[in-house]
Order: sequence, then structure tokens, then C-alpha cells
Amino acid sequence: MSRLVRRQGWVAGLLVLFVILLVITRLIQPGYGSGDFGSLVRAVLPYAFAVAAQTIVVIAGGIDLSVGAMMALTSVTAASMMDGASEEYALFVVPFVLAMGLVLGAVNGMLIVVTRVPDIVVTLATLFVLQGAALLVLGAPGGAVAEWLRATIVGTVQIPGLPGISAWIPKALVLLVVCLCIIWVPLKRSKLGLSIYAIGSSELAAFRSGVPVARTRIIAYALSGLFAAMGGLALTMSTGIGAPIPGPYLLASVAAVVLGGVALGGGKGGLLGPIVAVFVLRLVRTDLTLLAIDPNVTAIIEGAIMVAVVMFGAFITMRSRQS
Amino acid sequence: MSTTAIQPVPLGRRVKRFMADRPLIPLIILLVILVVVLQILRPGIVNERWLANTVKFAIPLAILAGCQTMTMLTGGIDLSVGTVATMSAFIMATQVVNHDPGVAILIALVPAVLIGLVNGIGVGVFRVHPLIMTLGTSLIGTGCLQVYQRTVIASGAKIPPFLAWLGTGLTYGVPNALLLFVPIAILIVFTLNRTGFGRLLYAVGDNEGAARLSGVRYWQVITALYVISSVLAGITGLLYVGLIKAPSLSLAEPLVLPSVAAAVIGGTSIFGGRGGYTGTIIGALILTVLTTLLTILQMPEGARRILFGLIVLFVTAAYLRIIEDR
Repeated sequence: MSRLVRRQGWVAGLLVLFVILLVITRLIQPGYGSGDFGSLVRAVLPYAFAVAAQTIVVIAGGIDLSVGAMMALTSVTAASMMDGASEEYALFVVPFVLAMGLVLGAVNGMLIVVTRVPDIVVTLATLFVLQGAALLVLGAPGGAVAEWLRATIVGTVQIPGLPGISAWIPKALVLLVVCLCIIWVPLKRSKLGLSIYAIGSSELAAFRSGVPVARTRIIAYALSGLFAAMGGLALTMSTGIGAPIPGPYLLASVAAVVLGGVALGGGKGGLLGPIVAVFVLRLVRTDLTLLAIDPNVTAIIEGAIMVAVVMFGAFITMRSRQS
Repeated sequence: MSTTAIQPVPLGRRVKRFMADRPLIPLIILLVILVVVLQILRPGIVNERWLANTVKFAIPLAILAGCQTMTMLTGGIDLSVGTVATMSAFIMATQVVNHDPGVAILIALVPAVLIGLVNGIGVGVFRVHPLIMTLGTSLIGTGCLQVYQRTVIASGAKIPPFLAWLGTGLTYGVPNALLLFVPIAILIVFTLNRTGFGRLLYAVGDNEGAARLSGVRYWQVITALYVISSVLAGITGLLYVGLIKAPSLSLAEPLVLPSVAAAVIGGTSIFGGRGGYTGTIIGALILTVLTTLLTILQMPEGARRILFGLIVLFVTAAYLRIIEDR
């Protein structure tokens, strides 16, 4: 019970931090309003999916280094398939790309289970492979995206009678919440979700309690691939093109997972914390930009923050292991 | 006891044991096979000039792979070598406009030492996974380099003649770069095999807890290791810019992946405690020849990356099997 309180306390603390940052943003830029919030959510969207992909694998006791490359591959695949195609064709592209992410993620998991090579090495290898595949699909940034897909993340949700509140609910946020909940909520309440926490907490204990460790691990990686594919799609939707060289999604996802209260050892934490954490990290970037700091310097500060967060997380993990 | 018949060892097991005991021989055989395939595909390509060129391009890769070898021996990896090499090359090329080449080189190696120090402290003291840590510092380093580029945009860049001589020159058909590489290689091999520091690296990688209980100061070893790795990467950058002759912000980035692959092919275990530098050198040669082969076959960059990824995966899995068998 006390652990539950502490865990929720961590998330609540993050939410408070987020609100404080919003207030600071308001102080820096008095005109910061609903429109800016919408663009923040749009910028967060691919990061949030990358974080979700990382979270589920970290909870299962692993780590997925191929998140960024997976997003790049799915993004260029979607962008090049939709390039010059009709609007309706995108209806086929979206499920295809999601299925691709699911399968590639499952392949990651299977390679780990079959070769018995540690997660970090296998996903490093698949990072190379997926990056190469992304370059094969699209040598340079390009492609296109269907208009209706772009429209799903631009603008706000109109709630009749409540124009004031609805201006603060961007469609991108709704899309994010729906996509994450559709997978996470049933998972968390199912036996499978419990198994994922179990193998992350102690693989041997889980095995002896009758949890199918290999199958659970493969499913965790498959779901991670699915989230990464959503991230890739979100990337294409927000930029309108596909880029074969991924951004710093890997480091950002690990940093957000650590900041979100998920132990890198596995078996602890939830999805809400990391998602709030990624909002916090992006809002810091927005603030730095609003303070008229050189974007390159912003990148340095952001990188330093992420490294510091990961160092802090590792330190905490080490301490808890010692005690 | 001596009269009992010796159990016949199955051939597969024997081959495995042979590979585990003498990993260099299959590697050299592989290298020769690749060269022969190259000669068959393009008759006449293998000549003195080709040999010199291959060695010239293999040397920067081999030094970076040396960084990977040493860090992998402790169970780590250094993904920041590409950024460090690029930084030192770029800073040297821009500083040499206003300073003496020697001073410029010293200035260029400062960020290398700093990044190595941060890596070492992060890995050794805070116990961040080396992969994440070095990825993070390389991100920060790239950002710093971009900011730095703004400040020197007007001054231009040039390559000191002696670095160009070192990078591209030939003396009696032998690449001058060997003048730098041979001492470095001897030093690395000597350090790993004959000094206490080298033994500590193996010890830490083999069993960190045991090493710690035997009185090894883990964080000191790791910090020293990552600083050395970074300085080597910085030197590689200086050499590489002499070879490529065009300092850019992504100069040595394409070498990172092959450097990991070269160390893995050379028989260094990515889990630590096993391996050595001679295998890595041959691994670097194999990859350079393989790259030539892929270029001749007109394989795109993407296919090359896929191949390197698969090599890392399969070789690691194979080594795991060999170790498990013993």
C-alpha cells in the first residue's frame, strides 16, 4: 500500500512540476496560450510513443535500443507508400505500418529469446539493421502524407457548449491518450500485463511460478514495436515527410523512462509517469526556445539534462540494490 | 587410467574448440577468402596500390576499433568515438588557421579528454550503462561542435601539410600512417597483455564483483579507460582528416558502427573479459575489404548497415555458444 502511494506520489510530483513549468512559461511569454499548447503536444507526440515503447520493455526487464531506428523505418515506409497515392490508400497504409512494427518488435523479442544474447546487444544489432533498412526505403528525407491523417493531429476537439475548455484540448492529445489507453489499460488489467511485470521483477521467480517467460518477453517487445510504429506514424503526420535518420529518440526515451519513475532494472512503474516526464522534458525545451537561446545551445542543455537524469536514475538503482 | 581409450571428440566440437583457442586463424582465412573473391570479381584489382589504399583506410578504423576493444573488455562500449574524432579533427582544422599546428592539436585534444572524463565518471561512479552514457555525451558533443562552428565560420579551415602527409602519403609504397599506427598498436597490445592496467581491464570485465573484492578501484580503472579511449579517438580524428582532407561535422560518424563490428569480429566479447587487439586489427582489415567488395557490387549504404548489424548479432551469438560449450 505504501509503495502504491509512493509511486502515485512520484507521478503527482511530476504533474506539479509540469504545472510549475507551464506557469514559468506563462511568465516568460505572457501570450502563451492554447495554440502554443497544441503545438507542444504535437511536438511531444512522437516522443511520447517512443517513451511508451521503451517503458513496456524496461518494465519487462529489458531495454530497446532500436526504438529510434524502428520509428525511422516505419516513418519512411508510411511516407513513401503514401507518396502520390490517393487519400483512401492511407486507410490501408496505417494498419500495414502498425502491423510491421508489431512484427519487427516480435522479431526483436524472438532473437533475444532464441539466441540468448542480452537485450542490449540484440537491439543494438537490430538498431543497425533497421537504420539500414530505413535508408534503403528512402535515401533522403521525402515522401508525403495523406491530408486527413495530418488533420487528425492539427487543431482542437470541439466540445459543444464549452469553447473555453475545448480550445485547450488539442486533437493530438486526444489521439495520444486514446492510442495509449487502448493498449495499456486492458494490458495492465490482464494476466499478460502481470506476467510482464513479473518477468521484469525476477525472471527466475516468474518462471517458477509458471509464467511463460519467453512468450511474455516476445509479446512485450512486439508491443514496444507497435508503439514505435505509432511513433513513426506520428512523426510522418507532424512533419509531412519521412526521414531515414532518426532524432535523439533513444536517449530521450530512456531519460523519460527514468524520470518517470520506472526502474531500469525492471518490474516497477507505470506508463503515466514516463508520459508526464516526456511532457516536462519537452516543455523545458520550449522554455529555452522562448528565452531566445540559440537552438544549438538548447540541444546541448537538453542533452545534458537527459544525461543527468539517466545518471541520477542509475545512481538510485545502484543505491537500492546495495541496501 | 592411461589405458582407457580416448573418447573421439566430434568434429563440430573440435572445430569450435579450435576457433575458441586460436581465433586469429579463421579470421585470417576469412580475410584471404575475401581478397580472393575480390580478385575474382575484378581481376587485377589486387595490386600494390590497392593494398596501400586498403591499409590506409583500415588504420583509422582499427584505432577506433581499439577503443571499442578496450572498453568492451570491461563489458562496456564507447559510442562517442565518432563524435570525439570529428570534434578534434574539426577543431584542429579551424584552430590551425591562427595557431601553430602543435598548439592547435593540443587544443583539439582538450574536448576529447573532457568527453572521456565525463564518460568515465558517468560509467564508473554513477554506473550508467556505457552505451547510454556515451550516446548522451556524443549528443552533447555534437551540439557543442555546432555552436563552435558558428564562431569560426569566417576563419575557414585548413589541413596542416604534415597531417596530410601522414594520412595519405606513401613512402616506398608503404603508407606513412603506419608510422602512427604501429606504435599505437604495439602500445595497446603491450598494455593489454603485459601491464597491470591491462590485467585490471580483463579482471573488471570478467567478474566485476571479484575484481572489486580483490581491491580494484573500479571507478579509477573505468575513468582512466574512457579517457584513454577518447584521446585515441581524438588522434584518429586528426589522422582521418589528413586522409579525407575535408573537415565536416559528420566526418568520423560513419566509422562508429564498423568499429564496433570490427572489435566483435576480432573476437572481443561484448560482455567483457575476453578478446584482444590483434584480432581487432584483422577485423578492421576484413571490414575494409568487405566495404570495397560491397562498393564493387554496388550495394547501397543501407544494405551495408544491415550487413554490419547482422554480423554483430551472429558473431555474438556464435561466441556465446562457444563459451557455453566449455
